[in-house]
Amino acid sequence: MAEKELKKGNEALAEGAIRAGCRFFAGYPITPQNEVPEYMSWRQEEVGGAFVQAESEIAAINMIYGAAATGVRAMTSSSSPGVSLKQEGISYMAGADLPCLIVNMMRGGPGLGNIAGAQGDYMQATRGGGNGDYRLIVLAPNSVEELGNFPKLAFELSEKYRVPAMILADGILGQMMEGMSYNFEPVDPKTLPAKPWALGINDGTRAKNMISSYGLAEGELEKMILKRAERYALIERDEVRFEERFTEDAEVVIVAYGISARASMAAVNALRKEGIKVGLLRPITLWPFPTKKIAQLADKCKAMLCAEMSLGQMITDVKLAVNGKIPVHLYAKPGAFFPIAEDIETAVKSILTGKKDFLFNLSDLAEKADNTCHKPENKICKEGTLL
Amino acid sequence: MYQGVRIAGFGGQGVVSAGVLLAQAGLVEGKAVSWFPSYGPEMRGGTANCSVVISDTEVSTPVVCVPDTAIVMNEPSLPKFEPMLKSGGLLIINSSLIKTKPARKDIKVIYVPCNEIAEKVGSLRTATLVALGAFAGATGAVSLDAIENAMKKVFKRAKPEMIALNRKALEEGAALKAQ
Repeated sequence: MAEKELKKGNEALAEGAIRAGCRFFAGYPITPQNEVPEYMSWRQEEVGGAFVQAESEIAAINMIYGAAATGVRAMTSSSSPGVSLKQEGISYMAGADLPCLIVNMMRGGPGLGNIAGAQGDYMQATRGGGNGDYRLIVLAPNSVEELGNFPKLAFELSEKYRVPAMILADGILGQMMEGMSYNFEPVDPKTLPAKPWALGINDGTRAKNMISSYGLAEGELEKMILKRAERYALIERDEVRFEERFTEDAEVVIVAYGISARASMAAVNALRKEGIKVGLLRPITLWPFPTKKIAQLADKCKAMLCAEMSLGQMITDVKLAVNGKIPVHLYAKPGAFFPIAEDIETAVKSILTGKKDFLFNLSDLAEKADNTCHKPENKICKEGTLL
Repeated sequence: MYQGVRIAGFGGQGVVSAGVLLAQAGLVEGKAVSWFPSYGPEMRGGTANCSVVISDTEVSTPVVCVPDTAIVMNEPSLPKFEPMLKSGGLLIINSSLIKTKPARKDIKVIYVPCNEIAEKVGSLRTATLVALGAFAGATGAVSLDAIENAMKKVFKRAKPEMIALNRKALEEGAALKAQ
């Protein structure tokens, strides 16, 4: 294996995209992913590609649309509020069957939130944040090494199925440094397979190509969507990726992705030392989600615990997979604060002992909320502003 | 071996770069390492800090919440990082700039007059390297040779005489003992 280099997540990702043959990047600055455009700004020039600091996130995603339509490996990168702005363009690219790479280094939200790492955009990424029936291939790295190696995988999957791909990471992964190495040789874009659908100079020897997200004639859109759904079905069948640790004899399986999976793994190691049978399932593709795998694990273990830096979003997919067979609990760390391994340990123990420590439950919040804001003695209510 | 370290000081003292150096040194020695900066809305002239983990096994969390060692280079960092330190942990204090004594009795403390030593060595800019030397000497988490090798990787354009100066600073720091 190659010697490991010390690299920052954002830079490993940017260099990984260059090595994967990305030759067009457009973006707009936002913390915590600024090293990506900064790196691209000089590196694209070195490799004969193009870098554009767009006037906005919306402009950037539409530049990607144009570049991808010509068949070039095109990419944009942003963080949560910026990715929200891109949703219209992403929906159009999904509708136009354009392969591309969109990176979201998630930060706290909603709104401007804060600039620390978070996982509050799971739903937006996996359900399609824009309008219409569509999916993105969503990859969730949990290390600087994966950040560096996933752009190639993302471009390959995206081109194979003509579905936009997203790398969904977070501010901690983007900002941290660790040892990493690339597991592939740099790709020369000239050696990539031709894209017969792409736009370009037509010397009259081929039929006219059209890139469009709409079908106005009666029944045309349905045909387009169903054709695309066939590819979605193939992706769900063939492209699920996950990592399994100590699940073989686990009584409790923690399900966590990205940086949360690392805190969860620390908890698993500590609990295993105490003789507690706990394992980790880390979805690497968030869509397609490892539904079958989780259903199989639900036949063997007593309960599952989702550890997420959100109010609980991935837990929806876990519950769908478990389909009521076993309880699924939540350890939630919203507001862009790092999940604490010791708290996850306590949460696992709580599940095994039937206590509630560190398990997150919205209905518990409702009880507390009753005591604070909605009672008549509350000052604001008395003054009638809430009534 | 596991060392979770916080390095803190004024912006410009090189605490963030010192962290990169430490992580790179760990990597040189074949350890698993991570580095994480404080990148919040910091104020000019305010404090900066970073987390470094050096470990024999995979690093789970790059954000060090309960450090084994805290290296504090300026006065405002002491009240922030002393309470976070693990019981029995190591506190390395830049006694040139920090006059307050730590309150905790359950920790080891090394007082390092970093600025004075750095000036004696030949450049005030090596002050944080003196503290890194003290860390290496007291914990053995990384060797001085590894830090020197790391310097060549991290500061690619550094002149050999600057590397030699920094090496001297490391050695001066490593010679100091905990009180």
